Amino acid sequence: MENRISPFLMSMLCIGIAILYIPILVLIGYSFNASALVSVWGGFSTSWYGKLMHNDQILDAAWLSLKIGVVVSTGAVILGTLAAIALVRFKIFRGRLLLTGMVNAPLVMPEIITGITQLLLFVSMLHLLGWPHRGFTTIVIAHIAFCSAYVTVTVQSRLASADRSLEEAAMDLGSGPVRAFIDTTLPSLVPALASSWLLSFTLSLDDLVISSFVSGPGASTLPMVIFSKVKLGVSPDVNALASVMICLVGVCVLFAGYLMRRAERQRVMDAQMAER
Amino acid sequence: MTPAIYDEATANALPRPPRGDWLKRQGKWLIILPPMLFLLVFFLIPFGFALVISFADTAVRVPPFTDILSVSPDWHIHLTLNLGNFKYLFSDEVYGLSYLYSLKTAFFSTVICLGLGYPMAYAIARTSKSTQSILLLIIILPFWTSFLLRVYALEGIIRETGLLNTALLWLGVIDHPLQIMRTTFAVYLGIIYSYLPFMVLPLFATLEKLDHSLLEAAADLGSPPWRAFIEVTLPLSMPGIIAGSMLVFIPAIGEFVIPTLLGGPDNLMIGRVLWDEFFGNRDWPVASAVAIAFLVLLVGPIALYQHYSTKQLEA
Repeated sequence: MENRISPFLMSMLCIGIAILYIPILVLIGYSFNASALVSVWGGFSTSWYGKLMHNDQILDAAWLSLKIGVVVSTGAVILGTLAAIALVRFKIFRGRLLLTGMVNAPLVMPEIITGITQLLLFVSMLHLLGWPHRGFTTIVIAHIAFCSAYVTVTVQSRLASADRSLEEAAMDLGSGPVRAFIDTTLPSLVPALASSWLLSFTLSLDDLVISSFVSGPGASTLPMVIFSKVKLGVSPDVNALASVMICLVGVCVLFAGYLMRRAERQRVMDAQMAER
Repeated sequence: MTPAIYDEATANALPRPPRGDWLKRQGKWLIILPPMLFLLVFFLIPFGFALVISFADTAVRVPPFTDILSVSPDWHIHLTLNLGNFKYLFSDEVYGLSYLYSLKTAFFSTVICLGLGYPMAYAIARTSKSTQSILLLIIILPFWTSFLLRVYALEGIIRETGLLNTALLWLGVIDHPLQIMRTTFAVYLGIIYSYLPFMVLPLFATLEKLDHSLLEAAADLGSPPWRAFIEVTLPLSMPGIIAGSMLVFIPAIGEFVIPTLLGGPDNLMIGRVLWDEFFGNRDWPVASAVAIAFLVLLVGPIALYQHYSTKQLEA
């Protein structure tokens, strides 16, 4: 196969990547602007980052978002992995089609619809059962619902390509099916689990629309605070905050990608070793 | 009945194997039920609530709508369905217009994304494996970065005193700043910028699997490259085109952040109408009716997406 890429394709690729990256790089550049006027370059400065550290509204929101993110990604990894195991290992069970649909639908459902319907559920539940009060709990539940879908899709593809011979060997040697799964297949899933945890964390940290609907008074996540600031226009402290968030998410994604790649390489190497 | 056939009926007729086999057979429900119940209660059933509330009346109380079922003192159960909300959707043209406008915006954004994303995916698919994984990471990275922040970053470029206008003024191309913010163009730019990775990734997944010997065969038989592309590559990459297009089209219809931050008052998309109905007018029954009507219209595209994405998984 020839690897020559025509100049047309090459330039389209470069244009696409430029469109994706220029705004982010410009934003990060502006965050180091000493001038309070966003259009004038007033020299290099990190003062906006310093000011962030003293903004209680932003710090509170950031702390709330981080707490939500940790709980959500842990819950989503557990539920999403169970769903992935169910879909890959149990080919026939009552409700399989339903589960498949419920796992795939959140990926394409417009957030605004998910948000509205979940809010209506929470309000009705509070009215009928006295639980849950809108705030931390409802945001966590709503985020787990859409994050677990992403976890299932990631883990599902790993699990489907996993080699079952070790697990079968363990069962032949007298392990129960659960024990055999935990001892043999689960360790090979760890990179997929770790990366889907990180991805759930970034999804939860970034979510604005669903959080805005299901949150209650007093519980403002970081994106909600940013949105209310951004509606008023561009401001230098938001530039600094946005740069911090973009870098944090970037590190999470790169690390997740690294984990997945290392696992893939290990798997290929193991397969080659086994063939010898 | 031939005794050789061993089906479930005969298995059940046989004496059951002893010991804790009930747990062994039913144990799988311990794995299936937690995610199933969670998604049922917190993802699917909410749609039922929205449907019910779309038939309610607004009320000045908490929650701000009436019950559709009530029991009168003489033990009559009353079911009150208010169809007025749906009638209202048809009588007030803002809903129909905003829906059509959203469809139009999503459609053209999808077409432009496809036009830009297809060559990108094709170029990535033709590089070596190691370059591929780096390029894919470059595409995926913005995909995980906050929508809100990326739209905000775009504002930094296209606003009146932004980088683009400053550069063009400095170069002398224009003599007064271009008004890009709060225009339809800005909304398109925002959607394309935000959703481009959703288009490239599924396209890459199909183009990567493309069998190049087919193209070589076409070339050997004297077909010019453009013809081989139209007759071989394009049909074979159809699942990726559909999946990518739906991944852009469906969320773009419901987009709220982009028209709110980048668009002007004319860019009234359905997501914005829903948001205003909910937070501005606090008319929850009408908002529910809008959401339900919106969802009904989305069923087709979502089914199309599901069909092609499962096909792609099986391939």
